[in-house]
Amino acid sequence: MSLRSPLSQARGLGSAKEGVGHWWMQRMTAIALIPLSLWFVFSVARFPLLDYATMIAWIKSPLVAVALVLYFAAMFYHAALGVQVVIEDYVGNEGVKLVSIVLSKFALFAFGAAAVFAVLKIALGA
Amino acid sequence: MAQLTLPKNSKIDRSAGKVFKAPAGAKNVRAFKIYRYDPDTQANPRVDTYEIDMDKCGPMVLDALIKIKSEIDSSLTFRRSCREGICGSCAMNIDGSNTLACTKACDDVKGEVKIYPLPHMPVIKDLIPDLTHFYAQYASVEPWLKTDTPAPTRERLQSEEDRAKLDGLYECILCACCSTSCPSYWWNGDRYLGPAVLMAAYRWLVDSRDEATGERLDQLEDPFKLYRCHTIMNCAKTCPKGLNPAKAIAETKKMLVERRG
Repeated sequence: MSLRSPLSQARGLGSAKEGVGHWWMQRMTAIALIPLSLWFVFSVARFPLLDYATMIAWIKSPLVAVALVLYFAAMFYHAALGVQVVIEDYVGNEGVKLVSIVLSKFALFAFGAAAVFAVLKIALGA
Repeated sequence: MAQLTLPKNSKIDRSAGKVFKAPAGAKNVRAFKIYRYDPDTQANPRVDTYEIDMDKCGPMVLDALIKIKSEIDSSLTFRRSCREGICGSCAMNIDGSNTLACTKACDDVKGEVKIYPLPHMPVIKDLIPDLTHFYAQYASVEPWLKTDTPAPTRERLQSEEDRAKLDGLYECILCACCSTSCPSYWWNGDRYLGPAVLMAAYRWLVDSRDEATGERLDQLEDPFKLYRCHTIMNCAKTCPKGLNPAKAIAETKKMLVERRG
């Protein structure tokens, strides 16, 4: 039982005055991912054996490398935004919520950095 | 706040439900299964079954509820007032969806008519949910005209086109069917304003006579107050007045994008 008035509880800590940026970037990355994902899936599907030498040669092409970097950047950014929304929706405990969001962001940005680095290493490597 | 199971003392005791048989000789009998909870006892909620002779009952679910209360079981508790879909008092969950008992025909339900209070709200008694927080959230968006310009000596003028923007918004009767059908409101209703309140807020955002649009948008731009809406659309599907709160929320999000350029 709280003795705070209903209006005080409804107002809570007030508006964060942010959220539109998050929402907009989620839409932007979603739109970017439509062509990038289609291109990635169809490109990879063309290599039935996925053998090492063919993949390396493919990634070394500048256009492919740039597209792959864009694809991974958009995908992991989109995932980080999306996972944050899921956690905010379903995790009630403020402490658990904060820790989960921080850990998910660290993990997804680390995966993204690793993916981009792998592409660059192959594309720029000797 | 996602609470996926009910607390122990809110779980329905399936064995405790009473059955009230139809009078002998009734030909057109229908069963109404109604959620019962009495705060004065320590008992868990139960579901009582009332068999009604539909030949001696009005067509709407509210008619059946009133018949039960006057003739069978006066302890059955529910809110009702206008019986014509304008006051919003008799909002409840009928046959699995939120609607007004007074405008829902019994004939539109197949089989037993199952009646529960609005979902995921604290229950005061039987079919009466506690809407205190819902009303406080409505008050929090300050749903009245705000101006800095001194009041004119005559009415505030509005073009026909601008007036038309309020159609589909002003008809809301605040019955809370939409908000209590929204999973986002179930999980985060303490902070998420919900479809009914957000549509009320939008009704003032698009009112050409209002001078506080930016201030109102400031108050709404929040990951929880506004952005818990994930366009699930339960609100539009369940609205007994045929309104579309989801669209009002989408328009609010567009206004926020527009102002950041």
